[in-house]
Amino acid sequence: MAKDFGIGEAVKRKEDVRFLTGKGNYTDDINRPDQTYVYFLRSPVAHATLNSINTDAASSAPGVVRIFTGQDIVDAGLGGVPCGWGMTDKHGEPQKEPPHPILANGKVRHVGDPIAAVVADSLQEARDAAEMIEIDYGILPAVVDMAEAVTGGPAIIHDEAPENLCYDWELGDGAATDAAFAGAAHITTLEFKNNRLVANPMEPRCVLGEYDASTEDYTLYTTSQNPHVIRLLMGAFVLNIPEHKLRVYAPDVGGGFGAKIYHYAEEAFVTWGSKQVGRPIKWTSDRSEAFISDAHGRDHVTKAELALDAEGKFLGLRADTFANMGAYLSTFAPAVPTWLHATLLAGQYTTPAIHCRVRAVFTNTVPVDAYRGAGRPEATYLLERIINKAAQELGMDQAEIRRKNFIRDFPYDTPVALQYDIGDYDTTLNRVMEMADYAGFEARRQESASRGKLRGLGLSCYIEACGIAPSSLVGALGARAGLYEAATIRVNPTGSVTVLTGSHSHGQGHETTFAQVVSDALGIPYDSVEIVHGDTAKVPFGMGTYGSRSLAVGGSAIVKAMDKIIDKGKKIAAHLLEASESDIVFEDGQYKVAGTDKAKAFAEVSLAAYVPHNYPIEEIEPGLEETAFYDPKNFTFPAGSYLCEVEVDPETGKIEILSLSASDDFGNIVNPMIVEGQVHGGLVQGLGQAMLEHCEYDHEGQLVSGSYMDYAMPRAGDMPSFNVDTRDGTPCTHNPLGVKGCGEAGAIGSPPALVNAVVDALRGHGVEHIDMPLTPQKVWSVINGATAKQAAE
Amino acid sequence: MYAFDYQKPSDVGGAAAAMKAEGAMALSGGQTLIPTLKQRLNQPDTLVDLTGIAGMSGISKEGDSIVIGAATVHRDVATNGDVQSAIPGLASLASRIGDPQVRNKGTIGGSLANNDPAACYPSAALALGATIVTNAREIAADDFFTGMYETALAEDEIITAVKFPIPSGSNYQKFEQPASRFALTGVFVAQTAGGVRVAVTGAAQQGVFRHAGMEAALSASFTADAAAGVEVSADGMSNDLHGTPAYRANLVKVLTKRAVQEMS
Repeated sequence: MAKDFGIGEAVKRKEDVRFLTGKGNYTDDINRPDQTYVYFLRSPVAHATLNSINTDAASSAPGVVRIFTGQDIVDAGLGGVPCGWGMTDKHGEPQKEPPHPILANGKVRHVGDPIAAVVADSLQEARDAAEMIEIDYGILPAVVDMAEAVTGGPAIIHDEAPENLCYDWELGDGAATDAAFAGAAHITTLEFKNNRLVANPMEPRCVLGEYDASTEDYTLYTTSQNPHVIRLLMGAFVLNIPEHKLRVYAPDVGGGFGAKIYHYAEEAFVTWGSKQVGRPIKWTSDRSEAFISDAHGRDHVTKAELALDAEGKFLGLRADTFANMGAYLSTFAPAVPTWLHATLLAGQYTTPAIHCRVRAVFTNTVPVDAYRGAGRPEATYLLERIINKAAQELGMDQAEIRRKNFIRDFPYDTPVALQYDIGDYDTTLNRVMEMADYAGFEARRQESASRGKLRGLGLSCYIEACGIAPSSLVGALGARAGLYEAATIRVNPTGSVTVLTGSHSHGQGHETTFAQVVSDALGIPYDSVEIVHGDTAKVPFGMGTYGSRSLAVGGSAIVKAMDKIIDKGKKIAAHLLEASESDIVFEDGQYKVAGTDKAKAFAEVSLAAYVPHNYPIEEIEPGLEETAFYDPKNFTFPAGSYLCEVEVDPETGKIEILSLSASDDFGNIVNPMIVEGQVHGGLVQGLGQAMLEHCEYDHEGQLVSGSYMDYAMPRAGDMPSFNVDTRDGTPCTHNPLGVKGCGEAGAIGSPPALVNAVVDALRGHGVEHIDMPLTPQKVWSVINGATAKQAAE
Repeated sequence: MYAFDYQKPSDVGGAAAAMKAEGAMALSGGQTLIPTLKQRLNQPDTLVDLTGIAGMSGISKEGDSIVIGAATVHRDVATNGDVQSAIPGLASLASRIGDPQVRNKGTIGGSLANNDPAACYPSAALALGATIVTNAREIAADDFFTGMYETALAEDEIITAVKFPIPSGSNYQKFEQPASRFALTGVFVAQTAGGVRVAVTGAAQQGVFRHAGMEAALSASFTADAAAGVEVSADGMSNDLHGTPAYRANLVKVLTKRAVQEMS
């Protein structure tokens, strides 16, 4: 049984039956008796003082239960939305961390900033009443552009942050890097913008708060990737509710991509508000609201320089990045452009000297935080673009210049604070070049040219740090939480197993993958394993799912808990088999006396633990349930090579992606089908960023691309059929499964592959760089601008 | 959505009477109207549903024309054999509007009456020299489209059918806006009895228009080179996130050229 459903098998996802038949249980599917609905009245302007808010007429509108404003929150003495990471700047000063009120307090700082919460018997009535609220705005100039923001004008968003600067931070040896540049034969410079994105999970955010006056218990149902983190942040820092009185439950969640990691004001409001009104309160974001209230992603403006010797060997790398924080600090925002970005700038290469400066900037925009890849896509884009530009300038082949610089000795200490435990970059590069028929490209280019089309091939070799993270390390770097994971293995009396995991599945297929791990280790049928997650009332304190950590960290906690089960089982089996514990071996679901045919099945031992009639009761307790917490020893380092082949229509600038080949090293693979699916999803998001998605604000701070009419989501028809190879990776050396994580790779590796391909296609037109997204208009303009420039020269 | 009254008359007379009321709006397939209602961008007092009117949908070939009932959904136009053989450009256009849901619910009458500046159908009506038939009169397409979201329809006037003269050739080229998949620019080229007609949608601020320069050049010489030689001015073209006036002007030329290539 274990064989067909064990580690390495492409088992179909258990959870898909309920998802595909409409039987999922999402937060919005949950309704509580006597429930009310809240509509958040949000700021239509980017920056303004709130001179007055008149709710008189609205409060007496039909169905209205109560209307809350920022003053009610202040009067109640509630905390603001907390930040979970504290950076220290290059002068040793703490980051500027201005308050983030649950409802705006005297001032609004971005379009979408919540001003009032209208609680009513129905959403319709709440919306109607919200339109009756009169607000006198004192319009202030807005600042959207980061370069403009750090000059101090046209607006200061927070009094606590003059010059709108959150921190000015650096990593790496500046003097060594300067020396490397001084001795360089060639220096390549690239200035670029990494475009702002909106996560857009299929299921919008939803929260439902309920207070039980008889027990004084609060329950929050929420679309979260990490319910315990929400319970801790909200209970301890916002509402002052002790953990034992607060249950946070995140049931089925329809995609997160990072945007559902953070603690949001709406969660705190409905939890607190349900006590104030004495009824449950529900809020379901609509899509338009998600655009102005979910944390956005990316948004870096960077200048990078690469120093090379005459043979193309990298000598030094400098990066100077402005990272947009938006109007407030979201939960993990300060860590994204620093510890998740600057630390990755060695990439797969032996560059000996690296220096990175990051200035985090407040603007009158929605807060920015981690989005699939979080800092690592920005680092990969920086490196993989500047390497291709260097190759172009030096007349070198894009694969060759990388091969010349690959790290080959492991463990490898980078100059930016990481130690790579293992990797094999030649293999993934060689593989992807075969998959994409690199050698045959020139013929294909000529064939395209004969049809008037411009063909290009773009390479990207990424590395990421996943499996986050060693708690003591991240604690030293500013994290205000540990990043271990927890698991309980509850063996039921007849031998089935319930796994309680702190990881949270919102599309990743944990119910399948984790069951495979358990089935494989315990030798029990896959169908005898049930995975439970998402409910703080059930599962031990866990840190949740993000940063491709679930299998590497959560899976390792499961393995550790199973080890404890097996150890105890051996004691029981030794008693039942009248053998010495040291002679008991556990294999294929059997406790065996080594060297004999005496054995007890897993289920028999389990039953003995719960019916301890013949049992070593003096030595061990009855029952068979173990909990383990696993704190990783290091990050894991998935890596790979992607090749993207495109054809550009020079008359319209439209790009067709002809192929995308991906060769990834994720270490050991538990379920190759799920892994391939994760890569597919990541690729679509990465290629979407590169070609389509663009969150654009105008100078007044209005979101121009605030709906799907203007924000271009990737669709199946935009994508080629992917060619993905994830086999035979180098196993991670420091976790028991040898796994690295696969959830973000596609989104990290693919954007530079596509941009490199398009720049390659346009090489006859003198194009050096195009900022993402590569929309038809932009590509056409570049071709025509470049053509005009060439003609003028 | 705000609350509204709903009426579903069974004949055109009843519908016209209902439309006379203050704050009444016509509802056909609802593929534009319903989303705007959901966003509270529109607040009608009464919605008059036209889809219950007998005889308003269906396609027939009458002499030298194809007649399409106003409530006919895009999918039916796209898959109708008479349309496919007589006006292939029109069938092709209908097959590429929106997504399957839109094509199965949205109607030709609704699209023309709404006259979205980036909608596909207005370009076909204008290029083919269609006649818009209403409960009150017949309106030539040249007189029907009067500006962005504006038409010659009176408040209580209801489109009942559209008559398309069968051309000797037709082709629609659509360059999709990457997000909405409406026409960033769409060009419909028709070889009609009165000469070549070229109608452009998506490109101009005022909505669909005929390009006189293209029509003159192609009437003289129906070749891609003739289209390529026409100066397309960017004046009056729309400017937004997805396309500058210059880009849209370029698309007009490229798409016209490609339409001619496909027709040749």
